[in-house]
Amino acid sequence: MTALVPAIEIHGLTKSFGPIKAVDGLDLVVDKGVCLGLLGPNGAGKSTTMKMLTGQAIADSGEIRVLGFDLPSEGKNARASMGVVPQLDNLDIDVTVEENLAIFARLYRVEDVGAAVDRTLEIARLTDRRKDAVDKLSGGMRRRLLLARGLVHDPKLLLLDEPTVGLDPQIRTELWTLIERLRSSGTTILMSTHYIEEAERLADEVAVMANGKVIARATPAELIAEHAGKSTAEVYGPPDRLAEVRSMVEDAGLRVRPAGPAIAIVAAETAAPGLIPEDAIHRAGSLEDVFVMLTGEDAE
Amino acid sequence: MKPVRRLEPAVILAVMGREFANFRTFWKSTAFTSTFEPVVYLFAFGLGLGSTLVTDVDGIEYVQFVGTGLVATAVVFSSALPAMFGTFVKERFQRTYDAILAAPVDVEELVTAEMLWIGLRSAVFGCFPLIVTMFFGLEPKITMLLVPIFAFVTALAFSAFGITMAASVSKIDQFNYVTTLVITPLFLVAGTFFPIDQLPDGFQIAAQFNPLYQLVELVRGACFGLEAVDILRFAGLVALAIVLWRVAIRRLTSRLII
Repeated sequence: MTALVPAIEIHGLTKSFGPIKAVDGLDLVVDKGVCLGLLGPNGAGKSTTMKMLTGQAIADSGEIRVLGFDLPSEGKNARASMGVVPQLDNLDIDVTVEENLAIFARLYRVEDVGAAVDRTLEIARLTDRRKDAVDKLSGGMRRRLLLARGLVHDPKLLLLDEPTVGLDPQIRTELWTLIERLRSSGTTILMSTHYIEEAERLADEVAVMANGKVIARATPAELIAEHAGKSTAEVYGPPDRLAEVRSMVEDAGLRVRPAGPAIAIVAAETAAPGLIPEDAIHRAGSLEDVFVMLTGEDAE
Repeated sequence: MKPVRRLEPAVILAVMGREFANFRTFWKSTAFTSTFEPVVYLFAFGLGLGSTLVTDVDGIEYVQFVGTGLVATAVVFSSALPAMFGTFVKERFQRTYDAILAAPVDVEELVTAEMLWIGLRSAVFGCFPLIVTMFFGLEPKITMLLVPIFAFVTALAFSAFGITMAASVSKIDQFNYVTTLVITPLFLVAGTFFPIDQLPDGFQIAAQFNPLYQLVELVRGACFGLEAVDILRFAGLVALAIVLWRVAIRRLTSRLII
């Protein structure tokens, strides 16, 4: 396999569950060394895509190549060089931290199991807890162990499926630090997430998924420049006023999205003077603006 | 293209290794139950019935008749039930199989490893009733060394059955049907507590298709004298294990790979 072969190549991928088209003509290429964030609302097809990459879902049509291997026929060979960190904790809770890692090192046929366990314990900063049963660990430690388990065989490609979903902010930040370290060491990462901040902080590039396909892809900065703008103005107030401001601003050709109790006017820098109410709060355009503009107001 | 290898021994051993690591955390309770249960049955049936109603069956002292029959009981309860519940829990609640299948392991290897592990466990647990019965006068015999092999093969079949059931039900409560409608009848008409030749003809014919009955006969053969027909019994159990192995792989594949 040469360095020119992308880590992941997906063309025209489809997968339906009964009448529901979970993945509908997905095209996605991930080059080596890239951390790609797969961003999309629930039901966009991220999890199904992840399942097809690990061979746990079989596509109806289309092509998938992972690390140069055709899926699903050569999936086993692809999985040997791929690390997977699942959304849900599925550690063996009765056995020790180091046994959890050793079990998976053997499943991946790692030659020096002891060295792999030591190395990943170090990554997860769990060396001093190695003899403890998993059910004695805190939530954050378990998450770090889950990530470490996906690294026992030093994978060329790492799949992170919603790595911080449902975690409290401290644990999330802790995991982000770990992922960031992997990313800067050159590991190819495909990370599905519906946390915009996560994609913004960790991903070199973001692919926005909706209705089973990628609808936009670029670096976070490029996406913001193209689909939002330099600045966003948020207007707060009673619903009547918001509706009034919205229709006025939209008539002037600007784009507006709801933002919780407020409305957000994107690319506010392009507005004519005096158009945007004085009490509006101005901030930089964000990936969240892009996300909502692209995937629709009703997302989530 | 690098060929994709199937049934790799290293992979199967690694999956069994996972089972072993987990088993080490709860082996005491399992071993206790497996030793204690045959003792209870032996006292209740062997000594209870044996001293009051029945003295011997076909020249075998009743306590030894029951003791040798209990091997099959130990085998079915240490194979079908753990396979059924274990597979369901690992698939549905712990999501262990998602983690294992994300590694270079396929469902064929996974099922094979789970079956082999349960088979080995049952081969050991199946010997406990025999050892207990020795304290009630059962004479050691060289052919008794075949008992773990008989137990192993039967346990493979029942573990495959358990995995198949786990891959077929939608809720864990539905195992009650399997236990009541399949396991208990098989266990009761296996010739463990009474010889089946006292049953109506229909039951006697049905018993021939009961793998537990065949195991009971094989174990008694190993303890009191094997016959030529025992080769057929053993071949039948091997064939059943192979067929159910393939069925279990198919069922679990359709459950795990969507």
